[in-house]
Amino acid sequence: MRFVFKTSYDADINWFKHKYQAFWYVLLLAIMLAAPLFIGSYFIGEFALVLIFSVAAMGLMLLTGHTGLPSLGHAAFMAMGCFANVLMLNAGIPWLIAFPLSGIIAGLAGTLIMLPVLRLHGVYLALATLALSILIADIVVLAEPWTGGVAGMIVPPISLFGQEIDRFGTPFLFYYVCLAVTVLVVMLYRNLLRSPLGRSFLAIRDSEVSAQAMGIHLAQTKARSLFLSATFAGLAGALFGHSAGYVNSETFDLVLSINLLIMIVIGGLGFMHGAFLGAVVYTVIPLALAIFRTFLQTAFDININIPGMEAGIFAGILIIMLLFEPMGLYGVWLKLRTYFELFPFYRKDMFKRQKSYLKTERVQ
Amino acid sequence: MSLLELKNVTQRFGGVVAVNDVSMTVEEGEVFALVGPNGAGKSTVFNLLSRFYTPAEGTIRFNGHDVLALAPDQVPDLGIARTFQNIELFENSTVLYNLLIGRHRHRTSNMFTDLIFTPGVRAAEKEHREAVEEVIDFLDLQAYRDKMIAGLPYGVRKVVELGRALATKPKLLLLDEPASGLSVEETQDMAFWIEDIQKQMGITVLMVEHDMGLVSAVSTRVMALAEGAELATGTAVEVQSHPAVIEAYLGTSGIQKAGHQPNKKKDNAA
Ligand SMILES: Nc1ncnc2c1ncn2[C@@H]1O[C@H](COP(=O)(O)OP(=O)(O)OP(=O)(O)O)[C@@H](O)[C@H]1O
Ligand SMILES: [Mg+2]
Repeated sequence: MRFVFKTSYDADINWFKHKYQAFWYVLLLAIMLAAPLFIGSYFIGEFALVLIFSVAAMGLMLLTGHTGLPSLGHAAFMAMGCFANVLMLNAGIPWLIAFPLSGIIAGLAGTLIMLPVLRLHGVYLALATLALSILIADIVVLAEPWTGGVAGMIVPPISLFGQEIDRFGTPFLFYYVCLAVTVLVVMLYRNLLRSPLGRSFLAIRDSEVSAQAMGIHLAQTKARSLFLSATFAGLAGALFGHSAGYVNSETFDLVLSINLLIMIVIGGLGFMHGAFLGAVVYTVIPLALAIFRTFLQTAFDININIPGMEAGIFAGILIIMLLFEPMGLYGVWLKLRTYFELFPFYRKDMFKRQKSYLKTERVQ
Repeated sequence: MSLLELKNVTQRFGGVVAVNDVSMTVEEGEVFALVGPNGAGKSTVFNLLSRFYTPAEGTIRFNGHDVLALAPDQVPDLGIARTFQNIELFENSTVLYNLLIGRHRHRTSNMFTDLIFTPGVRAAEKEHREAVEEVIDFLDLQAYRDKMIAGLPYGVRKVVELGRALATKPKLLLLDEPASGLSVEETQDMAFWIEDIQKQMGITVLMVEHDMGLVSAVSTRVMALAEGAELATGTAVEVQSHPAVIEAYLGTSGIQKAGHQPNKKKDNAA
């Protein structure tokens, strides 16, 4: 067991609680930076995808995991970011301006569209946002002059400091761009969680009545959470466009929205780490299945090709998580860590919550 | 001028008149207690002050401001903080985080400075933390600082909720049944804290309480309500011996035992 002696309030305010923790995250970043030295261009592309989905999942995590507002509309925000980015690039705006703007445009548009439904809670809010996801394909088709509609449009490469970057031509550089964006979003997110605005998000998630009694303006705060959430999703959408090279009305569909929600639930609702773990699982499943399939075919000449198997496995993991580990993969990790730190004194019920107290709907 | 002034306030829920033409004043520095049988309308008075409900009639003024002109989230800015009868904490956060949310009205930053976490935000965070640590020391919550609310015993939750209200640095503290469900020792602690809050921190307290022992010990004035209407106002002794008050409690085995009733009611509801 490690004892950390805190000597100033800074210890609780800093990004890292102590230098051991900082060490692990710096190591992780170093490994991510060095990854192109060890792996080929195909896998680095998959790494980039994990990062892109992590950014999108962080967007959703902020709204759902930290503000308690479920959304099935995040693919639509990704679409807004993507198409805004492409349109601006095609208009000759430099990427360094177009890219952040595309996030902000998605954030503003998302907030405006969703503002009327932000009073809803739980499943009703999910249904209202579901409508947005269903509509987005039609909206992209209707906006054909700008989006290319069903035929779609080619996403121009990133042009940065005189260097053309695209996923196929310069996969390593593209990976670094994704990594930089991810690190930036992580930093903003972490800052938020340690400051008043982030705390007001958590307050709203846990008790709207109390949040109001503490002086938190519900509509304003929810709108801010939505704006930031849709901005992150928009940035991820723009990157996803670059990664795909070509986007059309079906790129950002309802299934993607649902998958994002599953990602954060599997990863661990309410934990930033959960967004990453979920994105990893989501990207690794098809990859692992493909490898497994090739292996079966070459080694035993067995050909399995069940349609929808990826989705099935993904959904299976979701069900297992919901049943046995509501804190998601991050919860599993927390327990493992505690187990080893306390070894051999870990008790099975250590993470069990005490009985909850009777609550009535009425404000008393 | 009184700190808080309610004039002819009436609140109806459908056919029920929860608060019926109630007028009262709370002076600065007082500990004012609201007593009365279950369903008398005590919590409704608090919810009116928090602006969760808008009364059908009447005016509410606090420190020269018209409370009814404000939205619920603007009430704390006047310096009014409250606790809830059925503890309303931020369950999935730590005690420290809960208390820090109490500092919300003292924030100086906005969305952009928060995202970047400017040196100004950091300095403000340290100030918030210092203010919260004072509350933690005052209420002896050191051992629970980093604990999740969801795992805490009932008695500690009550104290955390009091702490969260204190962290807002209020002028007026509304306590809805601060001692309900507490053990004798915990109730004693609560009595000491309320005294300190009044005498040392200079915070005016308006509380709802069934435990007449606590009420007699700490309150300067008491008002008895029944079925939404005022029965009597005065010192604890005066109110307890007032014929209308005794009559209101008749059949419920006297005022002394009334303290146990809210719990009984909750058990039945469960
Ligand atoms: N939101 C509401 N909708 C309908 N009726 C309500 C509502 N809130 C309170 N009431 C009713 O108003 C009356 C007063 O309720 P209130 O909660 O103020 O009582 P109380 O004095 O706090 O009682 P207790 O000691 O049980 O807490 C009760 O009859 C109650 O049923
Ligand atoms: Mg009550």
